Amino acid sequence: MTSLHAEVAVHRGAFALDVTIAAHPGEIVGVLGPNGAGKSTLLAVLAGHLVPTAGVVRVGERTLTAVWDGRVESAVRPEHRSVGLLGQDPLVFPHLSSRENVAFGPRAAGMPAAQSRAVADEWLAAVGLGGLADRRPDALSGGQRQRVALARALAAEPAVLLLDEPFAQLDVRTAAELRELVREQVRRTRTATVLVTHDVLDAVTLADRVVVLHDGQVVEQGRPLDVLTDPVHPFTAALAGVNLVVGTLVALPDGSTAVAGPDGVVIPCAPQSPGGRVQVTFPPTAVTVGEGWPARVIDLEPGTTGVRLRTTGDVLVDLPPAQVAQLGLHVGAQVRLSVPAEHVRVRPLA
Amino acid sequence: MTRERSVGVPGFLWLPAALAAGLLVLPVVALLVRADWGSLPADITTPSARDALWLSLSTSVVATGACLVLGVPLAVVLARARGWPADLLRALVTLPLVLPPTVGGIALLYLLGRRGLVGQALDTWFGISIPFTTTAVVIAQAFVAMPFLVLSVEGSLRTAGTRFDVVAASLGAGRWTVLRRITLPLVMPGLVSGTVLCFARALGEFGATALFAGNSPGVTQTMPLAIYSAFNGAGVTQGTAVALSLLLVFAAVAVLLAARAWRPGRAA
Repeated sequence: MTSLHAEVAVHRGAFALDVTIAAHPGEIVGVLGPNGAGKSTLLAVLAGHLVPTAGVVRVGERTLTAVWDGRVESAVRPEHRSVGLLGQDPLVFPHLSSRENVAFGPRAAGMPAAQSRAVADEWLAAVGLGGLADRRPDALSGGQRQRVALARALAAEPAVLLLDEPFAQLDVRTAAELRELVREQVRRTRTATVLVTHDVLDAVTLADRVVVLHDGQVVEQGRPLDVLTDPVHPFTAALAGVNLVVGTLVALPDGSTAVAGPDGVVIPCAPQSPGGRVQVTFPPTAVTVGEGWPARVIDLEPGTTGVRLRTTGDVLVDLPPAQVAQLGLHVGAQVRLSVPAEHVRVRPLA
Repeated sequence: MTRERSVGVPGFLWLPAALAAGLLVLPVVALLVRADWGSLPADITTPSARDALWLSLSTSVVATGACLVLGVPLAVVLARARGWPADLLRALVTLPLVLPPTVGGIALLYLLGRRGLVGQALDTWFGISIPFTTTAVVIAQAFVAMPFLVLSVEGSLRTAGTRFDVVAASLGAGRWTVLRRITLPLVMPGLVSGTVLCFARALGEFGATALFAGNSPGVTQTMPLAIYSAFNGAGVTQGTAVALSLLLVFAAVAVLLAARAWRPGRAA
């Protein structure tokens, strides 16, 4: 029952990662970000595979990594860090049965063989694989293998658990079951957990807190609900399926205020003094087709509630299929779009 | 009735393929045909034949053991090391494969002979002389056979990668435990096939042994040397050489079959 605290800086050529992250016992912190944001680098530092340019990784009272002014004060080897890993690929040892896989951690910690097998059986039961202890990995399904991997990681009683897109290779249903299982076991064992993902579903279902990484920097953090309903960064907005437009406040001829964005996007908002740079967010379902700013359809794709149009100015529009058919929309079609002011959130930019 | 149709092989491959198979198989067939089956039991049970067979098998086992003890660590180091020194070493390790074994024998003499680079020191300080002893046979065999083991194990280690090792370390296993319980078991098929190749190469070793260890019956005269002596020997029928050759063929086939029957990784 220990918490994780890490301040990590990694500078490699043009890439710079600067992250501070903390996780309390039993807490799951989601790290979201596009490819190349620095998620894997962060995990490598936490797991001890990479010594950062500067920073500290502390678990409870133990300092696992400490680098100051280019001097490595401590860099505990991976096998002595008590940091467990569960990745996309279960990597269940193919030459060992499920039981021997799960017993591996306790054995490595010096537990006698018979006792560690008993521990392994308990863990296999806990992840719902009670009857499959003697199975070899090649006789298990993908979901079962990931369960074995979870049991194996937790049986080693890590102080910190790192989850690296652990559900990415599973089908929807199995992934849902495993999310539930991970949540339950992390809470039960009160393990401080870092979950790296670019799946928004992982974030909303599992994470107590999310940290959004972009180009190595934390661009926002907070409760998943807050971050996703009111995103500050375009990546988070895209993840949350929310439109995010940056523009300038302008006064319209009729006296109302609007935000003028790129590509002729004009979004009405509550009255305020013009001139300032702002960022506005609004859901794709709020956009209506008919009047408003002129736009062109770039893309049509199946959306969650019908058809999603991608239009010039990077504005997404969700429409019912029937309306798409009625309007005869196709790639390249000219449309006029508008969004009611009451659906628009405005945030001043520094 | 349905028949699966695969893409198949182009027709013109059959002729060279048949010739290749013939080149590999027919010499052994000729040996079998040429053998005097009547005198065979007598030929292969003469004391000198038994001595040669025993010497061959025992030295090959010892040489293979030495290759395992020394070659597996070398393979692990080569598979994990990076940079040009590792690349260079990797190239040098394969040298005995491309070197004619007789050249290897001469090289061993210059290293371990009484006036050799290391041999001189061994002789003056410890009074040890290696050439023309059974030890020399083992060293010559290990020299020519070790690359087979090292290359096979190193290749398997590279294919296996280090992902499982990383997981094992995250579970608290130290480097030795990881090697013993994860890395080596995962490359067991490569290790077994490498060992078989290594043993077979040691069993058939002739050139380096002849130059470095000599041809002294009972001490350094292994089967290949005994066969050569019998084939060229004055007054001895070539039938003895054929009989001894067949004995070696059967021994080699027996080893291959035994290795094939034992499938690693299936046992609990």
